[in-house]
Amino acid sequence: MNKTHTPLFHVSKRGALPWYRSWGIRGAAVILALLVCALITNLVTGEDPVQVYKTIFQGSFGSARRAWVLFQNLAILLCVSLAITPAFRMRCWNLGGDGQMLMGGLATAACMILLGGKLPNWALILLMIVASVIAGAVWAAIPAIFKAKWNTNETLFTLMMNYIATQLVAYYIIIWEVPKGAGKIGIINQSSQAGWLPTIGSYKYLLNIIVVAVICVAMYIYLNYSKHGYEIAVVGESERTARYVGIKVERVIVRTMLLSGAICGVAGMLLVGGTEHTLTTTITASRGFTAVMVSWLAKFNPIWMVLTSFLLVFLERGAGQIATNFGLSASFADILTGIILFFIIGSEFFINYKINFRHAAGKEE
Amino acid sequence: MFDFVSFIPRAIMQGVPLLYGSTGETLTEKSGNLNLGIPGIMYVGAISGVIGAFFYEQSAGSNMNGFLAVAIPLCCCLLGSLLMGLLYCFLTVSLRANQNVTGLAITTFGVGFGNFFGGSLIKLSGSQVPAIVLSGTAGYFRKTLPFASGTGAVGKLFFSYGFLAYLAVIIALIASHILKRTRVGLHLRAVGESPTTADAAGINVARYKYVATCTGSMIAGLGGLYYIMDYTSGIWSSDAFGDRGWLAIALVIFTIWRPNVGVLASFLFGGLYILHMYIPSGMNLAVKELYKMLPYVVTIIVLVLSSMRNKRENQPPASLGLAYFREER
Repeated sequence: MNKTHTPLFHVSKRGALPWYRSWGIRGAAVILALLVCALITNLVTGEDPVQVYKTIFQGSFGSARRAWVLFQNLAILLCVSLAITPAFRMRCWNLGGDGQMLMGGLATAACMILLGGKLPNWALILLMIVASVIAGAVWAAIPAIFKAKWNTNETLFTLMMNYIATQLVAYYIIIWEVPKGAGKIGIINQSSQAGWLPTIGSYKYLLNIIVVAVICVAMYIYLNYSKHGYEIAVVGESERTARYVGIKVERVIVRTMLLSGAICGVAGMLLVGGTEHTLTTTITASRGFTAVMVSWLAKFNPIWMVLTSFLLVFLERGAGQIATNFGLSASFADILTGIILFFIIGSEFFINYKINFRHAAGKEE
Repeated sequence: MFDFVSFIPRAIMQGVPLLYGSTGETLTEKSGNLNLGIPGIMYVGAISGVIGAFFYEQSAGSNMNGFLAVAIPLCCCLLGSLLMGLLYCFLTVSLRANQNVTGLAITTFGVGFGNFFGGSLIKLSGSQVPAIVLSGTAGYFRKTLPFASGTGAVGKLFFSYGFLAYLAVIIALIASHILKRTRVGLHLRAVGESPTTADAAGINVARYKYVATCTGSMIAGLGGLYYIMDYTSGIWSSDAFGDRGWLAIALVIFTIWRPNVGVLASFLFGGLYILHMYIPSGMNLAVKELYKMLPYVVTIIVLVLSSMRNKRENQPPASLGLAYFREER
C-alpha cells in the first residue's frame, strides 16, 4: 500500500463556469440562506416560516407607497454601487462611498440653504448638481492622488475620509441648525421648495429612479465598450502590463476615482435634493459599505447589480417589517442581511474552486 | 488651567477599548488578513459578555460570587468573539473569499447582533429606560487596588482603573514581544509578507492565519467588554459603542503595526477623542465637532507620511488583503 499521506480532499482552481451554472450556485446559496433566515425568525418570533416570507413580501410590496420606497432605496443603493464599481474593477478599494455621498449632500444642502430664493430654481438646481459632483470628486481624488503618487493604501485612506466627512457635516449642521439649539437642520426650504428636484407627475421618487437607470446603462457602456473601461480592466489585472503597453497608470487611477466620487456626489444630491430635503450625519445609512457588497456580489457588472441591490433592499425592508410586526429591534434586518451575505460570500468558493475527494482523485491517475 | 489629573485618566479609559481592538487587529493583519469586521466583533464581544452577566445576575440575585461574576462574562465574551473570528477565517482562509467584503458583512452582522440582543434583553428586564444596567457585575470589573484611593494624584493617574485596563497593556506588550522576538512571531510575519515563501519554508499558512485571526478577534472582543463593564459602569444601550471599532483600525495604521507603540498611541487617541470636552469653546458647539475629526486626520497624516518615506519596516504586510491559494503562482 501507498504509505504517503493523501489528504481527504484536494482543492483546485476551476476554469470558467458557464454563466447558468455559476448563477445556479449563487441562487442555491440565496435559497439556502433564506431557509436559514426563516428558521431563525421562527425561533425568535414563533411565527411559521410561510408567514415570515409573507411578511417580508408585504414589507416590500404591501402597498404602492412601500413599493415606491423600495425602488427609491434601490435606486440610491444602486447609484453608490455603480459609483464605486469602476474603482473596484481597477482593484482600488474605494470604501469611501459614504464620505463622498455625504460631501455631495453637504454641497447640495449648502446651495439650497445659502442660495435658495436668490437664484431662479433651474439655476439653483444646476448649481447643486455641479457642486455635489465637484464635492464628491474632490473627496475621492484626495486618496487617489496619494495612491497614484506614493501608493498609499486607499482602503484605509478612504475609510478615514468617511469620518472626516461625517464630522464636517456635523459641524455644518450645528451652524445651520433650525431652530438654534435643535441640533438638526429640519426640512430645507419647506415653504418655497427652492432647490427641491422636480417631481414627475405625482411620483415623488420617479426622477431619482430614472436618473439612476440612465447612470446604470451609461456605466455598463463605459466599462465594457469604451477605451477608458478597457484601461481600467488592464490596470486591474496587472499594473505592470498596463505600464508596459503604455497606459499611464497614475492618470487612470486618479481619473477613475474622480468619476467614482462624482457619481457618489450625485447620489448624495439625489438623497438631499430629491427625497429627504434635509441633511443628517446618518443620511447615507452606511450605503457606502453595503454598496461594496452589492458591487462585489454582482462581479462588478452594472446590470447584475440591479439584481443584487434589489435583493439586499428587499430583505432590509422585509426584515424591517418583521421587526415592526413582532416588536423586535430594527437591527433584526442587519442580522438577516449578514446571514445572506455570508452564504453568498461562501458560495463564491464553489464557483471558483473544485473539490476533488481522495477516491475520485485516485481514479484519475 | 487645563485639568490634567481628570483629563488623563479619562483619556486612558477611552483608549483601552481602542488598545484592545488595535492589538487584535495588528495580530490579524500581520497574518495578511485585513479584518474589517473588527467593529462588529467588538459589538459581539460586548453583547456576549452582557448576556452572560445578565443571566448570572438574574439567577444569583443578591449573593453574587465575585469570581463567577467576572469569569462568566469574560468567557462569554471570548467565546462570542472567537466564533466571529472563526467565521471570518472560514470564509476568507478556507473558502478564500474577498476579505473586504467578508469583513464588512461581519461588521453589519455584528452590530446588528449586538443591538438586536441588547434590545431583546432590555425587553426581558422590563426596564423603563432603553438600557440594561448591570451595576453588580460592573462593580467587580471596576474593583481597583485597595490602596488606590489613598494616594492622591499619582493614585488617580496610575491605579484608578479596573483590571481589564492593565490586562490590555499586558496583552499589547506580550503581542509585541511575540511578534518581534519569537520564532512564532517570525513565522507569522512571514505568512503576512509572503505566504508563498512561508509555505515553501514549511510553515502551515492556514493554521497561522486561523490562530492569529481568532486570537486577534478575542482580544478585540475584550475591548467591547471593557467598554461596557468598566467605562460605562455596566450600562448597555443601543449603538453606545459607536465608531470606536473603526478608530481601532485607524490606530493600527497610526502605530505602524506595533502593539507596544499602541499602548501610548491609544491613550493619545483616547485623549483626542474626548479633547472636545476639555477645550473651552464657549457657546460655539460647532467647533467641537471639528475636534472630533482629529484622530482620523492624524491617522491619515501617518498613513501618507509612512507611504511617502517608504521605509520597508513601516509598510503594511505585503500580502495584506489577499487570499492565499497554493496552486496560484
